[in-house]
Amino acid sequence: MTSGIPRVGVITFPGSLDDRDALRAVETMGGEPVALWHADPDIHGVDAVILPGGFSYGDYLRTGAIARFARVMDGVRAFAERGGPVLGICNGFQVLCESGLLPGALIRNRSLRFVCREVHLRVETSQTPVTTDLTPGEVLDIPVKHGEGQYVGDVDELARLEGEGQVVFRYCAPDGTIDAAHNPNGSANGIAGVRNADGNVVGLMPHPEHAVDPDVGPTGGQSLFASLLTQALAGV
Amino acid sequence: MTFVFEVLVTLKPGLSDPQGKAVEGALPTLGWSNVRDVHVGKHIRLTVEADDDASARAQVEEMASRLLSNPVIERYRILETEPGDRGA
Repeated sequence: MTSGIPRVGVITFPGSLDDRDALRAVETMGGEPVALWHADPDIHGVDAVILPGGFSYGDYLRTGAIARFARVMDGVRAFAERGGPVLGICNGFQVLCESGLLPGALIRNRSLRFVCREVHLRVETSQTPVTTDLTPGEVLDIPVKHGEGQYVGDVDELARLEGEGQVVFRYCAPDGTIDAAHNPNGSANGIAGVRNADGNVVGLMPHPEHAVDPDVGPTGGQSLFASLLTQALAGV
Repeated sequence: MTFVFEVLVTLKPGLSDPQGKAVEGALPTLGWSNVRDVHVGKHIRLTVEADDDASARAQVEEMASRLLSNPVIERYRILETEPGDRGA
């Protein structure tokens, strides 16, 4: 960190797909990407950790169910407990839910269809390492691509999350309206992303790492990476 | 000794079950319009080596709660299908 360039680790699990894009997004946004390996419990002193999208262990049993026992997760858990910034994207979000680092669970889309398209996300809180540069109510343009992204939790748990401001992103219309028509997977309360109680662990189904390069699509992911890099540099 | 168990994992009641709904939607096309409440779950079969039945069952119980099911969304039931090949 003395160099002023935050080092952001991206874990590769067997079956991760978006690890390269996440590493590239970190680099594009001015961070130093560090490849981390599922079988290595050492996270090599990184300043932030990203669990990328994909289909770890083929989504066997449940999405994220087997990856949560990967050795690297010992390092991730210890890092998270020290307050380190952790971001789970898509399958990474599923792994964080399975591991208990985030509340709730993700099940098959209500439509039963795999969805792959751009969506709009409304920012609900700036109290996370990926939203410090954002204002609640702001709308981001980011793609989703998943078959099992329906966020669920029991009624009490959902009420608690809402009450304590742990919902970070919701699917919305371009003007920020939350309605069923703009919810791609049937998620409860339109939830696209949540954080833990301390606020340092965040997960979302959409893919900010696919939305940083204006040459290939929307750029709604830039501000998330910019926030993450700032927070990583600020230290734990 | 070995013991054979079957673990049935199902979604908790009240959670949306898109697979169950899809199956339910397909049944009327085959003529069964008299079916409701279809749910799809998982069936996991295990052969466990242990000193006795109680120990085997306790271990399967732990496997079911820690890995085979996600207590946030699922519940499980353990069935012992066969006494296992105790003589072998």
